[in-house]
Amino acid sequence: MNYRRSVFIITCLAFGYAFLYIPIFSMVVFSFNASKLVTVWDAANSPTLKWYQALLNNEEILDAAWISLKVAVINASGAVILGTLAGFGLGRFAEFRGRFTLNAMATAPLVMPEVITGLSLLLLFVALEQSIGWPAGRGITTMTIAHMTFSMAYVTVVVQSRLATFDTALEEAAMDLGARPLKVFFVITLPIIFPAILSGWLLAFTLSWDDLVISSFTSGPGSSTLPMVVFSKVRLGVSPEINVLATLTIAVVTLMIAGVSFWMARSQKQLGQ
Amino acid sequence: MRKAGITGRGLVVALPYFWLVLFFVVPFVIVLKISFSDIDLAIPPYKPLIEWIGKNSLAIRLDLNNYAFLFTDSLYVHAFLNSIKVAFVSTLLCLVVGYPMAYGIARSSAKARSFLLLLVVLPFWTSLLLRVYAWIGLLKANGVINNVLIWVGAIHEPLNMLYTPFAMYVGIVYSYLPFLILPLYANLEKMDWQLLEAAEDLGCRPWQAFYKITLPLSRNGILAGSMLVFIPAVGEFVIPALLGGPNALMIGRVLWDEFFSNRAWPVASAVAILLLLLLVPFMMWYQSVQARESAGAR
Repeated sequence: MNYRRSVFIITCLAFGYAFLYIPIFSMVVFSFNASKLVTVWDAANSPTLKWYQALLNNEEILDAAWISLKVAVINASGAVILGTLAGFGLGRFAEFRGRFTLNAMATAPLVMPEVITGLSLLLLFVALEQSIGWPAGRGITTMTIAHMTFSMAYVTVVVQSRLATFDTALEEAAMDLGARPLKVFFVITLPIIFPAILSGWLLAFTLSWDDLVISSFTSGPGSSTLPMVVFSKVRLGVSPEINVLATLTIAVVTLMIAGVSFWMARSQKQLGQ
Repeated sequence: MRKAGITGRGLVVALPYFWLVLFFVVPFVIVLKISFSDIDLAIPPYKPLIEWIGKNSLAIRLDLNNYAFLFTDSLYVHAFLNSIKVAFVSTLLCLVVGYPMAYGIARSSAKARSFLLLLVVLPFWTSLLLRVYAWIGLLKANGVINNVLIWVGAIHEPLNMLYTPFAMYVGIVYSYLPFLILPLYANLEKMDWQLLEAAEDLGCRPWQAFYKITLPLSRNGILAGSMLVFIPAVGEFVIPALLGGPNALMIGRVLWDEFFSNRAWPVASAVAILLLLLLVPFMMWYQSVQARESAGAR
């Protein structure tokens, strides 16, 4: 194996990463800018934390963030259960009736345009309300159901591909030694696929936390999520508080990813010993 | 025992199965139904498809007007064609930027590889909306790019970049680049680089070797990555709405406006059905590429 990379390839990598990261850095830098004009650096009074203070006093954004957090946590937990079941079924049961349909249904949401998913779920909720009276109006419940439907697809894929990388010998050995299928799942399979389940949970959380389109279709009055508030603000132009919000998001995500990869590297090492 | 095993298995898949049938398949049937309904000034704003008239007669009204309307009004035809064009060009641009990156990552040392990959994935974990917003700050008239260009003396008047097709392409390529790099990298990572050495030993120029060996062998990765960009880009709403300006006619935006601004639910449903019909062949293609790729891996 050689690691030869030409000057051309290295230049491409450099430009590619600059393209990916310049916008992110610009938001971080300008979140400390004193000027309300956002992109015009006010050298006399910057850096400042005044927009951080403004964000922490912005009731509208804080309320929306609280709603987003609730939806994202419930969604991620539900999506992990549904997605693990589906991923386990598809990854471990060779043949069963409806396998083809389940596979198609579980992967289609990955590529479905959000406007279609959002519209179709809203029309379902309206039709359900008309015929059986549930759900009464739209809000956090309908939004969470909608988010679970598309984010469970991601969990399914992650769990299924994790199951594909370790062979069934361990599970079969446990079965041969007399363990019941349920016990095998909880004692053998679950610990092995736990990293996949954890990244599935984080993925489902992030997808829900970021979602604008599907939330806009399925939310009701008084249940605006953070992306919905950000979108309406951004449509009116740039705002320094959004830069602050972006910087905080980036900080949390970076810490989280660093933490998870550190933890995974360590548990991998322990597994190897 | 065997029988108990089967029912146990049945229970495992039954829950996700019925969830998806109820919340993924049934909604499409409802969209299809409403796309054939008349618009009505009521809540919800459409007329029922099936109605009891009098005591024993059932009336079914299938109204094709919504579809006829979409095909005769040039706005919708234009929006459909424009969405396909924008998604196609964006996919090509993503390939131009992403292929060398995926290739470069795949040819790095194992340690550098996981770090470089992490750097590709990291932006994906931060909000799409916020990353698109960052481009507004960079591209607007008194934005960062114009300020820098004026400061170095390259231009005297600020360039008009925000709310143009250019801004929209930048936004789409920027947002979807990780979706192209990841499957392409997964494919290139499995490549046997000794083939390239052999070709060069036999007198192939590096570019020839790339064209004759690397490119054909990474075909499935290119297709899978392109599909992951093209399919969602056709229906994209956020990026054209924020960066594209009022003239950026994309079908996702048309659907949104029909639904939220005009409250024309049947028309929005008809747009959704046509968009779905347009995308289903690509989705099936993607599935078959994925199946081939995982079969090849084993």
